[in-house]
Amino acid sequence: MAENKYRVVHYLNQFFAQIGGEDKANVPPLVREGAVGPGRALQKTLGEEGEIVATVVCGDGYFAEHIEAAAEKVVELASPYQPDVFVAGPAFNAGRYGVACGASCAAMSAKLAIPVVTGLYEENPALDLYRKQVYIIPTADSARGMREAIPRMAAFVHKLGLGQEIGLPQEEGYFPRGFRINQFADRTGAERAVDMLLLKLKGEPFQTEYPMPTFERVPPSAAIKDLRPATIALVTTGGIVPLGNPDRIEAASASKFAAYSIAGVDDLTPDAYQTCHGGYDPVYANEDPDRVLPLDAARSLERDGTIGKLYDLYYVTVGNATSIANAQKFGQAIAEKLKAADVDGVILTST
Amino acid sequence: MGLPVVHVASIVPISLTVGANRIVPAVAIPHPLGNPELPRDEERALRLNLVKKALRALQTEVAEQTVFAE
Repeated sequence: MAENKYRVVHYLNQFFAQIGGEDKANVPPLVREGAVGPGRALQKTLGEEGEIVATVVCGDGYFAEHIEAAAEKVVELASPYQPDVFVAGPAFNAGRYGVACGASCAAMSAKLAIPVVTGLYEENPALDLYRKQVYIIPTADSARGMREAIPRMAAFVHKLGLGQEIGLPQEEGYFPRGFRINQFADRTGAERAVDMLLLKLKGEPFQTEYPMPTFERVPPSAAIKDLRPATIALVTTGGIVPLGNPDRIEAASASKFAAYSIAGVDDLTPDAYQTCHGGYDPVYANEDPDRVLPLDAARSLERDGTIGKLYDLYYVTVGNATSIANAQKFGQAIAEKLKAADVDGVILTST
Repeated sequence: MGLPVVHVASIVPISLTVGANRIVPAVAIPHPLGNPELPRDEERALRLNLVKKALRALQTEVAEQTVFAE
């Protein structure tokens, strides 16, 4: 063996390791010497400078049912081989295999402090689970993409094996991990923005520094014909919660929403309510929470018969850096509950 | 089908961007339905009017995104 060859351990599932198909999905972790299956193609591309010294294999079903224990076992089987780099898959769009690859990589990275990499299709649920901890190379959605993925994965393994610095996702070809890195630009943001605007005004192509998400449009719902029998619900993203924030809704990036009873409550007062929203000056909302969740006004409109009923629960989350995915999830869930409770309309307040 | 919602929002361009169909502009970010500069009962009257405006929006058929400014 040539000196200074970096050592690689590869992880495969039972299928790619040629042990069997679904019938062998419950195979517990085992290790084979050298490269196996697609590992051989990987080895070929690594050439003389790197060697796949072992391949750890586990059945997809077994791993999915014992994620933590299986990942630990993978580390246990891999470490005697003293790997410099660990590579898993690629798993394409396979869910269980993707999780096995991600979890194995994460465990190897955490326990042995070595660089790790895997390959997944962009819709593989394992992507979001592991992208922060593990380099993940984009692949096609099935093994038809193996031919195409191997050289890219090998190139990445090679860089890791040589201890080279890994640059930005767009340069190196891996999924952005969600880290922000400060960089110095040659011109101020103001200058870059004006230059971009001038190009836009001239109808010339320009490159945005930050792609804006597109939001889906929902057709407007039918209006409420008569308010007098109607049940109206209050919902807020302004973070008005019972004093003490009992459900610990986060001040930013809320992971949840909550419902609280306002049955018999005519007015929100600072001894019983507060805001937990971290994105605006809380002074005014804490002085009088009705300024964000207009309970007193809604209650008086119920009392005078303008509306039939103010729904007994109000829903709250914090709209500060809420992920779009969560916002959609919360909205849908709240709407379902309100519909099930025969609420006729909603006043949603935001700060 | 559907559930009519009116968004009482401090930042109308955001509400429009994310796709709200019925929008009532609010007073200010830290007090969308209030104004601490006003005496208490004037503030309450302001809030009541805003909520009434919101209810009117719920009663208005709209074909596209509509800001109820008046």
